[in-house]
Amino acid sequence: MSIFVDQQTRLVVQGITGRDGSFHTRQMLGYGTKVVAGVTPGKGGQVFDGVVPVFDTMADAVAETRANTSIIYVPAAVAASAIFEAADAGIALIVCITEGIPVLDMTRVLPYLHERGARLIGPNCPGLISPSRSKVGIIPGNICRPGRIGVVSRSGTLTYEIVHQLSGAGYGQSTCVGIGGDPLIGTSFIHCLSAFQADPDTDAVVMIGEIGGTDEQLAADFIQQAMSKPVIGFIAGQTAPPGRRMGHAGAIIAGSSGTAAEKMAAFARAGIAVMKRPADVVTLLKERL
Amino acid sequence: MNLHEYQARDILRRHGIPVPPGEVATSADQARAIAARLGGAVVVKAQVHAGGRGKAGGVKLARDAAEAAAHAAKILGMTIKGLVVQRVLIAPAAEITAESYLGIVVDRASQRPMLMVSAAGGVDIEEVAVQAPEKIHRLAVDPRYGVLPHQALGVALKLYGDLTRARAAADIMQRLYGAFYAVGASLAEINPLATTRDGALAALDAKIVIDDNELTRHPELAALRDTSAEAPSEVAAREAGLTFIKLDGSVGCCVNGAGLAMATMDLVKYYGGEPANFLDIGGSSDPQKVVSALRIITADPSVRAILFNIFGGITRGDDVANGIVQATGQLALKVPLVIRLTGTNEELAIEILTKAGFSALSDMDEAVKQAVAKARTA
Repeated sequence: MSIFVDQQTRLVVQGITGRDGSFHTRQMLGYGTKVVAGVTPGKGGQVFDGVVPVFDTMADAVAETRANTSIIYVPAAVAASAIFEAADAGIALIVCITEGIPVLDMTRVLPYLHERGARLIGPNCPGLISPSRSKVGIIPGNICRPGRIGVVSRSGTLTYEIVHQLSGAGYGQSTCVGIGGDPLIGTSFIHCLSAFQADPDTDAVVMIGEIGGTDEQLAADFIQQAMSKPVIGFIAGQTAPPGRRMGHAGAIIAGSSGTAAEKMAAFARAGIAVMKRPADVVTLLKERL
Repeated sequence: MNLHEYQARDILRRHGIPVPPGEVATSADQARAIAARLGGAVVVKAQVHAGGRGKAGGVKLARDAAEAAAHAAKILGMTIKGLVVQRVLIAPAAEITAESYLGIVVDRASQRPMLMVSAAGGVDIEEVAVQAPEKIHRLAVDPRYGVLPHQALGVALKLYGDLTRARAAADIMQRLYGAFYAVGASLAEINPLATTRDGALAALDAKIVIDDNELTRHPELAALRDTSAEAPSEVAAREAGLTFIKLDGSVGCCVNGAGLAMATMDLVKYYGGEPANFLDIGGSSDPQKVVSALRIITADPSVRAILFNIFGGITRGDDVANGIVQATGQLALKVPLVIRLTGTNEELAIEILTKAGFSALSDMDEAVKQAVAKARTA
């Protein structure tokens, strides 16, 4: 088992003929993901790499292939439109890799998805992977191992670092989810934690947060109230100065609640084992399992 | 992107919000001429991207044009929170009887634009939020409909007992939301919204922060960027497509990915060092970016050692390695380099580096320890 993606995932790639879309489609096909369709307006009728049919619209792609999940690699200026289109086509799980979507675009997208019952992961995220089952996004498959640890993170390469430490120590993963570094995202820590709690094949969760906002504190409250599985937490940005955006649009300390110190304190209060550095993940997991 | 007060005032004025007259001066003579034209007492206000301008001596009242020129001469060239004042705004001094606060931000919790108002205006709203949160009234705005008239009036009545004034404030709130949305702001605020002696409302000070992600669709706003108000290294980094923030330490950091970059800085601190910067070379595979990154890091004289921390995903290790080799050929490095590199095309990268006389580590902790030690002994 796993969360959100598995062997039942039938993926459509929005922006399949673009530079990033085509590169990562090949990576996902190579990993064994069931990529059933691609969409690029004007390229309908083509067949990508001789295996994936390309359609002009999401409606056509879903009607022809019964795709249930989409991944978006289109440029930021049209990404919100791609999310709307996926939701209208009846896609239940939409993963948006695109970075740089204006936050006001997201204020209109999110209620639209909510009304249609569609889940968005991202934007500005590396996607997710259920090792040896399905990879939807850009997380390198070779650093992951199948196993029983859930990973949820706001970051990309920092997630790879921690997954690499886990795999190296023999802790495989049920699913790794990158929820994205933007201020407004479709799927929060709490959604993922709740799914991991319900997943019979996840024994513990590693949660990687960063400065900015209060999602980690809300997640800490949730963990205290609703989770029986052990959670190990990390917060990036302990040395970040206030008022400066640290790369991710959402990673900015505004007010005292956005600091790493405040988030780590909230973790500790909720009984979460707090890593001081990424390499602590293995020791803490051993203690808690 | 932060706008200056005078730029924000222009935007509000264009959206029909009552903003008193005022012009920008870059010299004492200009300040004198503007003050003479406005007549009477004026305020001379430093235009820098920093809060607390008044406390720093960057805002002065002048009784006449001569005094305005004298204040401008002092304020121009003054340094406020590390930023040199290049311009002053000259505006008429208004006699005011009350000050309110109006602001709109995107609220992460409700995932909506949030209108925040308070009758305790004219001061730092963050302080009000901490000390007297009950004095701030909030309205989560549905972006599909904007601020509806009855919602604005309801909020305005919490600030003003007088219906005429409340209606005027409600109109300003709706217009402020219009401006916020039109320019793609992440923050728009009027502080204070002043009640003048004659009972009218006026936006005396304004602040607008534009979402950087909106700038490609708003070239007219991108053109308002004042690069003289930013650190030159940060301007150079942005032009090279890098995200760079200068800090005070001695270990220069060059990392792929924002989260890993922050974690690397934290680890430098954990091992007793101080990071000199945040730098994310991004997910692209372009050796030229590495060259630009090294140029920017080495331009900082307080850097005593440089640490590369690369976890290849989209970023290919061999591209970074080529960038390092190219850059060190062009730049004549004076400080030691510690390279940690793993992930995509790791073997190829290590081959390239070894040929050029560098070695690479695969463990992040080990690399950080070495960089901290080298920065200390260098």
